[in-house]
Amino acid sequence: MSVLPYLVAGWLFLVGCHGLVTSRNLVHAVACLTVTQSATYVLLLAVGFRAGATAPVFSDIPVGTRVVDPVVQALTLTDIVVSATITAVLLALTIQIHKRHGTVNPDELRALRD
Amino acid sequence: MVVETLPPLMVALPLLTATVLAAAGRVLPRLVIDAVSLLTCLLVFAGSVALLVATGSRRVVSWLGGYSPEHGVSVGVVFVVDRVGAGLAALVAVLVTAALTYTWRYFEEVESYFHALILLFLVGMVGFVLTGDLFNAFVFFELMGAVAYALTGYKIEEAKPLQGALNFAVINSLGAYCALLGIGLVYGRTGELGFAQVQRALAGHHTDWLVLLAATLVFTGFLVKGAAVPFHFWLADAHAVAPSPVCVLFSGVMVELGIYGVARTASTAFSSALPAERFRPVLMVAGVLTAVIGAVMCQAQSHLKRLLAFSTVGHVGVFLVALGAFEPAAVGGLVVYVLGHAAVKGALFLCTGILLNTRGSVDEAQLHGRGRDLPLTRVCFLAGGLALAALPPFGTGLGETLSEEGLSHAGFSWPSALFVGVSALTGGAVLRAGMRVFVGMGIPPSIQGETSVQGEISVHGETRGVDENRETEGAVRSVPATMLAPVVALLAGGLALGLLPGLAASAQDAAQQLLDSAGYAAAALDGIRAVPPPTPGAETWSLSGLLFDMVSTLLALLIAVTAVYSDRLPRLLRGIVHAVRLPLGALRSTHSGHLGDYVAWLLVGVTLLAIGIAVS
Repeated sequence: MSVLPYLVAGWLFLVGCHGLVTSRNLVHAVACLTVTQSATYVLLLAVGFRAGATAPVFSDIPVGTRVVDPVVQALTLTDIVVSATITAVLLALTIQIHKRHGTVNPDELRALRD
Repeated sequence: MVVETLPPLMVALPLLTATVLAAAGRVLPRLVIDAVSLLTCLLVFAGSVALLVATGSRRVVSWLGGYSPEHGVSVGVVFVVDRVGAGLAALVAVLVTAALTYTWRYFEEVESYFHALILLFLVGMVGFVLTGDLFNAFVFFELMGAVAYALTGYKIEEAKPLQGALNFAVINSLGAYCALLGIGLVYGRTGELGFAQVQRALAGHHTDWLVLLAATLVFTGFLVKGAAVPFHFWLADAHAVAPSPVCVLFSGVMVELGIYGVARTASTAFSSALPAERFRPVLMVAGVLTAVIGAVMCQAQSHLKRLLAFSTVGHVGVFLVALGAFEPAAVGGLVVYVLGHAAVKGALFLCTGILLNTRGSVDEAQLHGRGRDLPLTRVCFLAGGLALAALPPFGTGLGETLSEEGLSHAGFSWPSALFVGVSALTGGAVLRAGMRVFVGMGIPPSIQGETSVQGEISVHGETRGVDENRETEGAVRSVPATMLAPVVALLAGGLALGLLPGLAASAQDAAQQLLDSAGYAAAALDGIRAVPPPTPGAETWSLSGLLFDMVSTLLALLIAVTAVYSDRLPRLLRGIVHAVRLPLGALRSTHSGHLGDYVAWLLVGVTLLAIGIAVS
């Protein structure tokens, strides 16, 4: 099992966070959040990967064929649904923020300073 | 066996109702929408009461789709309900009922989407406390989150709710992704997702960095929701802007569910690899930091909702310290404390909502003396302040006493001082605001502010509650009974919690079940569901506990009166107060409302958490 996918997952998470911290545009920030979420897809799929295995669909392959883990694929699919929902909510909020604050730069949002 | 069908039903029924309301809400009259959603809540409540009764003698286990385990192995997904799960489900149902009743007249123009969202929120929370599976917990957790973001930004025409919702959504999503990464690692190591299955599978391995990393990531997700420092920044922003009935659910139970998540996974999934003592130092240190920062920041607020939000942060710190002991007596006290806190904090948020509706502001200075002609709200707000300061016999007081005693039996006596301090500071802040707003004590402060671009009045750049839009169509002349009734009911509930004779013993049994990892796994996988018989004679109020509670109440009153009449203090004392405020400015400036800052703090927190769990 290669360690590369796990490094990629870690890299995606951190680079997404870096983007979030330094973001000057909320659309960019929302995209960065989906980049961090991509780390979870890569990690989950890497966990279920088996060398030389095929897709876990038994309609046209004999039972007992070496397949990759279907559970993590189901988890990833659920995760993608979650991602789509959250991204939609966030982008909707961003559009409204543009209307109400007149900016989408997080540095210029000053309504909630303590 | 009928009880076994309840957990899935308690998730499915509100889910179905929510979808129907979202789809058909436009054609249904408001009365039907209110009645249907309230009825659904009450049915969920009835279900959780049945579960509470059943969990007195056994854990309730239901395998979805009939995939019961054979020889301790199953591919299915399971609900495992013990007393804490059932109790939290009941609390969720009660608070949602209160919020919906309040909404009846509060949000007159509200559309059925609001009811659908609230019911989905109910689904997420109830599912989260009943499930026995890591991934299902994540899904319910995300459902709870996504709905909460939408509810926070419900007033989509205003500037502040949007920013609050955005901060809330990004930080909590990041936390949830951390949790999912952790769950992925756990699955990679064990090939299991059930709490009980993971526990048994991890028992065979030696504990290495992978398990530590997995636990760190899972806990990060829960502690972000639980608003532990330094993950807490989203909380004040979200609470300040969310509709008041939604704040009741946020502060009353959603945040506490984060702590429940830590307690559940620590005592089931990770218990065989990492004994609870491993988590003790990190939880206690995080708890102390959270308690101190929450209580201090609470004192500094003049926006009433932010004030209440930071008081929740302070109490979360106390809860984390009480959990950190992993002792049944202390955790039993924590259970009572959470219930009492939910009732009192809920009532306070609803009182603030009444102020917003009738006076169009939630700013302490602007409202000075303007609450005098709201007699019942005044009594409730001040009583809530006293209850928050742990005045006996409120449930908060009992919870504080029980956790203090549990902790000192376990060899930790220092938390008593911390608990008294948090109660005094947070209760004192609420009482100060109550005295100014509802009694008109002290000199009315003048609001000197500059108007910014968006027409927001900002005083030294801080968030004030001065320019809030009402959540109703026009001002409500007199406060409707549907708005006052939940306030009074919640406070009465908070009072009753401290007086119920069997509550302390029952909470201790619940805590025992929660911490019993072997019993949990046996119930889920081997069908051995019976729980130990109730422990007789758990104590309730003790003399020393009463004394501590009285001390914190008196301190809170002293703090409040000092703050209200600060202009009459001798010059020396004023100098001291001024000196104390200087470092406070630095602390306040970290709460910048800036998304990037919050993400950076989150990464700092993950790192510290990992170090903390690894070295202990």
